[in-house]
Amino acid sequence: MRDFSYLRATSADAARQAAALPGTMLLAGGTTLIDLAKCGVAEPDTLVDITHLKGLDRIDVNERGATIGALAKMGHVADHADIKSRFPAISEALWQAASAQIRNMATIGGNLMQRTRCPYFRDPANFAACNKRKPGSGCSAIGGVTRGHAVLGTSEACIAMYPGDLATALVAFDATVHLGERKLLVDDFFLLPGTTPDREHAIEPGEMITAIEIPGSAAARRSTYLKIRDRQSYEFAAASAAVGIEFEADGRTIRDLRIALGGVATKPWRVRAVEDALKGKALEPETVRAASLLAIEGAVDHGANHYKIELAPRVVARAILKLGETA
Amino acid sequence: MTVHNIRVGESKRGDASDGALTEAVGGRLSRVDGPAKITGAAKYAVEQQLEGLAYAVLVESTIASGKVRAIDTAIAEASPGVLQVLTPDTIISLRTASDWFGTPPPDKPYCPLARDITFSGQHVAAVVADTFEQAVAAAALVKVSYDETPAIVDLSDGKAGDGIPIDAMTKEWGDAPAAFAAAPVRICAAYNTPREYQAPMEPHGLIAHWQGDHLTVWEPSQWLDGMARTYAEWFEVPFENVRLVSPYIGGGFGSKALALSHSAVAASAAKMLGRPVKLVMTRPQTFTGYGGRAATRQTVTIGADRDGMIQSIVHRGVNETSIDGMWVEPLGSVTSIMYATPNFSSKQNVVRVNSVVPGAMRAPGENPSAFGIESAIDELAYEVGIDPLEIRLRNYAEQDPHTRKAWSTRQLREAFAAGAEHFGWSRRSPKPRSMRDGNQLIGWGVAAGTYPVRRAYGEAVVRILADGSVEVESSSIDMGQGTYTILAQTAAETVGVPADDVVVKLGDSRFARAGVSGGSRLAGVMTGAVHKAATSALDQLVGLAISDPRSPFHALQANTLVVAKGRIASPRGDGPDVSIAELLKSVGRDRIEATGDTMPANSTAEDRYKNYTTIAMALPHTEGDYSRYSWCAHFIEVRVDEDFGTVRVSRVVSALDSGRLYNPKLAESQWKGGIIMGIGQALLEEGIMDRRYGRIVNNNLADYLVPTNADIPDIEVISVGIPDLHSSALGGKGVGELGIVGVAPAIANAVFHATGKRVRDLPITLEKLI
Repeated sequence: MRDFSYLRATSADAARQAAALPGTMLLAGGTTLIDLAKCGVAEPDTLVDITHLKGLDRIDVNERGATIGALAKMGHVADHADIKSRFPAISEALWQAASAQIRNMATIGGNLMQRTRCPYFRDPANFAACNKRKPGSGCSAIGGVTRGHAVLGTSEACIAMYPGDLATALVAFDATVHLGERKLLVDDFFLLPGTTPDREHAIEPGEMITAIEIPGSAAARRSTYLKIRDRQSYEFAAASAAVGIEFEADGRTIRDLRIALGGVATKPWRVRAVEDALKGKALEPETVRAASLLAIEGAVDHGANHYKIELAPRVVARAILKLGETA
Repeated sequence: MTVHNIRVGESKRGDASDGALTEAVGGRLSRVDGPAKITGAAKYAVEQQLEGLAYAVLVESTIASGKVRAIDTAIAEASPGVLQVLTPDTIISLRTASDWFGTPPPDKPYCPLARDITFSGQHVAAVVADTFEQAVAAAALVKVSYDETPAIVDLSDGKAGDGIPIDAMTKEWGDAPAAFAAAPVRICAAYNTPREYQAPMEPHGLIAHWQGDHLTVWEPSQWLDGMARTYAEWFEVPFENVRLVSPYIGGGFGSKALALSHSAVAASAAKMLGRPVKLVMTRPQTFTGYGGRAATRQTVTIGADRDGMIQSIVHRGVNETSIDGMWVEPLGSVTSIMYATPNFSSKQNVVRVNSVVPGAMRAPGENPSAFGIESAIDELAYEVGIDPLEIRLRNYAEQDPHTRKAWSTRQLREAFAAGAEHFGWSRRSPKPRSMRDGNQLIGWGVAAGTYPVRRAYGEAVVRILADGSVEVESSSIDMGQGTYTILAQTAAETVGVPADDVVVKLGDSRFARAGVSGGSRLAGVMTGAVHKAATSALDQLVGLAISDPRSPFHALQANTLVVAKGRIASPRGDGPDVSIAELLKSVGRDRIEATGDTMPANSTAEDRYKNYTTIAMALPHTEGDYSRYSWCAHFIEVRVDEDFGTVRVSRVVSALDSGRLYNPKLAESQWKGGIIMGIGQALLEEGIMDRRYGRIVNNNLADYLVPTNADIPDIEVISVGIPDLHSSALGGKGVGELGIVGVAPAIANAVFHATGKRVRDLPITLEKLI
C-alpha cells in the first residue's frame, strides 16, 4: 500500500518550503488531486494541506480591478456581486464549470492547476505511453479517440486539451497570477506542450499561487462567457469563448475587444488576431463572422475533433454579437 | 414538471387510475421507502458491517484478445495486508451453472478468472487484503503478461463478417421483397445504435460470507432466487443453503439480474479464506465487468403506395455479441407489430466481437427496434407528403399483424390523440426548417413505442399480526420502481387496513420466492400474488370471526363480515364493531398467515423451483387468444442551434397505455425515468472505442454522458390505459420499460423537422449537425 505524509501548513512560507521538496504537492479543495490520485496519475509522497491558511480566500474588487485569493472557492467567486457586475465573464465561466458540489469545494488557485481530461493521460494502467505523464514515452491519443482533443497549440508530443473555463476568461482580460512576490500573466503561466508536455505551468518548486489579479476595464465590464457543450451542465466545453467589448461613444464602433477560446487548445487561448481585425470597426454581423474565422488560424485536427475548427469561430462570433445586442 | 392530473370521470384516461383512495390500489401513495432513502437510513447490500471483513479488488486484462502468458503475483503477495492473490491457477474450481432458461449446463468446471482473453477489461486476477486500500495498491502490483492476438473490435471491423443467422428471430409473411419491388414509393435506410451502458448509481458489488456450507450474499439483485440458484450450482451446495439479501437496489436497468463473474470471485475468495469478503466494482469496471446494450445495425425498407399505405416491410438486423457468449437483441420486435402490412420479412444475425457479452438494458430489443421502424416511417411520411402522425394512423394495426390475434388492449390511437392534443400537434408547420426562434431551429417529432406484457407466476406470504397490522413477505425486490409501495397498497385494500399498517418485507431469499424483476413484469406478477395471499388471510380472519365461539360475532350468525380501516363489522352495521387486534385477542390467536401463489393448481415442487429460478415458465405474451402489449406515443420538441448543432429537448408530451395503474404517481415517475433515459440515448450516450486496442475509453461518468437536470424539460405524461384483465390479475400492463421505447426516434424525427438533416446513427451529437 502506498503511504504518503499529510502535513497541515501553518503559514504560507511553511507551505512553500515544504512544497519545494520533491514528491510534495499542495492540497487545497482536492477536486483534481484526489481524482488524479485515484486513477493512479498523481502519486505524491507528501501532501501539504493549505486550506487552513488565513487570508488567502479574500475577494477584493475596486475600480482598478479584482484580487482573488488562491483559496477563494469557485462558487463564492461566481456569486460575488462585484465580480458579477464588473467581470461578468469571470462569474459566468465559473458557474458554468463543474457541478455545484465541486464549485463549493474547489479553489481558484487549484482551478489554475487543473489538468487535462485526456483519457489516455488518466489511465496509466491501460495506456503506458503519455508524454505528459512520462516524458518520452509517446502519445497514446494521437491515432486514438480524439473527439475531445485540442486543435490549437498542439505538438507532436501532446494534443491534450486544456479543459478549464476560468483561465480562459482570465487570459482574455490580462489577469496575472501571484506566486508570492513573483507575478506573471496568466497567459504566460500556462505553457504550450512543445516537447515538454509534462511541464504545464511556469511555476517553480517552492512557489505557491497566492492570488489572481484581474485589471478592471470597460471590456471586462461588458463581457460574457459562452460555453458550448454536448451536455447542458456538468460538462467540459466543446468550444467556449470569453469575450469583452468596449464601444466608442457611438455605441457601435469597437474601441476595445478581448477574446479567448476554451475547449479547443492546449492552453487558454487568446485570439488577438480577431481582436485586431475588429478594433475600430463597426459591429456588423458579417464583419464579425468573417473576422472570427481568424480565431482558428493554424488549427490542426486529428479526425474526430475536426468539428472544433468549425465550431470555435461560430462561438466567438455569437459571443461578440450577443454583447453588441446589449449595447 | 407538469403532471397530467387525473380526475375520476373526467375522461377515458381516468379509467386507468380508478380515482381510488390514495392508499388503495390505484391511489397515488408516495413511495414508502422514500424517507429511508432520502435520510440515508436505507442500508444497501454492500453497506453491511461484518466482523473480519476482507476486501477484494479485481485485476483486469489490458488487451482485448489473446492468452495470459504468466501472472507474477510475488510483489503483490508481499504487499502489506495482502491475504491472497487469486489467479486462474489458484482460485478454487467451480461447476458451470445453468443459464437463465435453466438449460442444464455442460458438465465442466467454471473459472471466473480468464486465461483466454476475449475482451479488454476481463477479470484475470484478484487481490484480497485486510483493507480496501491495501487491496487496491497490491492489485496494481500484479504483473500480467500476454500473448496478444488481433481483436475484432466492433461491427465495422473487417474481420467481423456477417455473423451468425438467428433463425428464431425470422418473421415472415406474404412476399415482402416482391411487394417492395412493386411498390410505387420505396424507403430504404440503415439505422445504427452504439454500445450503451446502464450506468446505475450504485455500482455492482457484494459481500459473500460462508458459514460451513451455507453461503450468505449481500448483493444488489433484480432476481434473488435466480442468483441463489447460480451460486448453489457453482459451489455445488443445496439451493436452500444460499441466502441472497438485497433490501434496496441503487438502479439496475437490467444489469443486476444475474450472478456474474465478479460475484463468483468474491464468493470463492470468501470460501478459500474463511472470512467474509467484499468486492465492489470501480466505476470503470462497470463498463467491462458486465454487458451494456449491444451495438446494433438495422436496415429498414418500406414499400408503400402514394397514400402512404404500407405494402411491404423488409428488415435486416445485426447486433454484436461476445466471442464466447451469446446475446440476441431482438431487433424485429417492434418492426413486426407496429403497423399493418400485408408483406413482411425480418431477419437477424449476431456478430462476435471482442467484447464482454452484452446484456439486458431497459427494453432490450424493443428499444433499438423502435429506433429503426419509427425513424423509417417518418422518412416515408416526408416522402409521400403526409403528416407523420397521420401516416401512423393510416397504417394502424387493428390486430397483431404477426400472430393475427386480437390485441388484449391497444390504446395507441387514444395515445396519439391525447398526446397530439396536449402537445398542440395540429399547429405544426409541416416543412423542415420552417420553425425557428432566433438562432434556434425548432422541430416537432412523434414516435410510438411498445413493450410486451411479460407474465409469470408469483408467490407471497401475508400475515395479519396480533396488533392488527399486516405483513407482506416476498423475495422480490424494489429497485426504485415502487414494489414496497404497491404491495402495501394491494395488501391494505384486500385485507381492509390502512396502508400505514402494512409492512412489506422484500429482498431476502428466505422470504416467499419470486421470479426476475425484469421485463416490466414484477408489478403484475406480485400484485396478483399478494392479492391472492391477502384474500386468503382475510378469509381466515372473517372465518374465525364468524365461527369461533369466542368471537363477538359468533352470536350474529352472519354469512360474512366487512373489514375496513382495520375494523371488523357486519355488512349492515348491526352488531359489534371491533378492531382486528381485538378480534384476534378474543379468539386467542397471535397471527393469521397465508401463503398465496398464482401457479397452476397441479404444479409440482419442481415446477415451482423452475418458475422462480429460471425464466423458462414465463407465459408468452401471445399465449391463448390475445396479443398483449403496452403502448405509447411520444411528442417531442427540440431546439437545434443552427450555428452550433447542439440539440436540446424543450418539450415532451407522452401518452402511455400501461393498462390499469396500481399507483399512478409511481407509474408516472417510471415513465419519466424511461423518457429521460431515452433523451440520453438520443443525444449523449455512446461507448467510445479505441479501435487500436478494442477498449472503451470513456469508461466513467465524466466522459460517458447521461443527462443532467439541465438537459431535461418539463415532461408531461398522460395515462390512456384501461384495465386489461387478459394481461394481469388486477388489470395492469408493463410500466418500467415502455417509457424509453420510441423516445430516440421521436427526437431524431424532431431533429429532421428542425434541420432537414436525418441522423440515423445515435447519439445525435453536434458534429453530425454542424
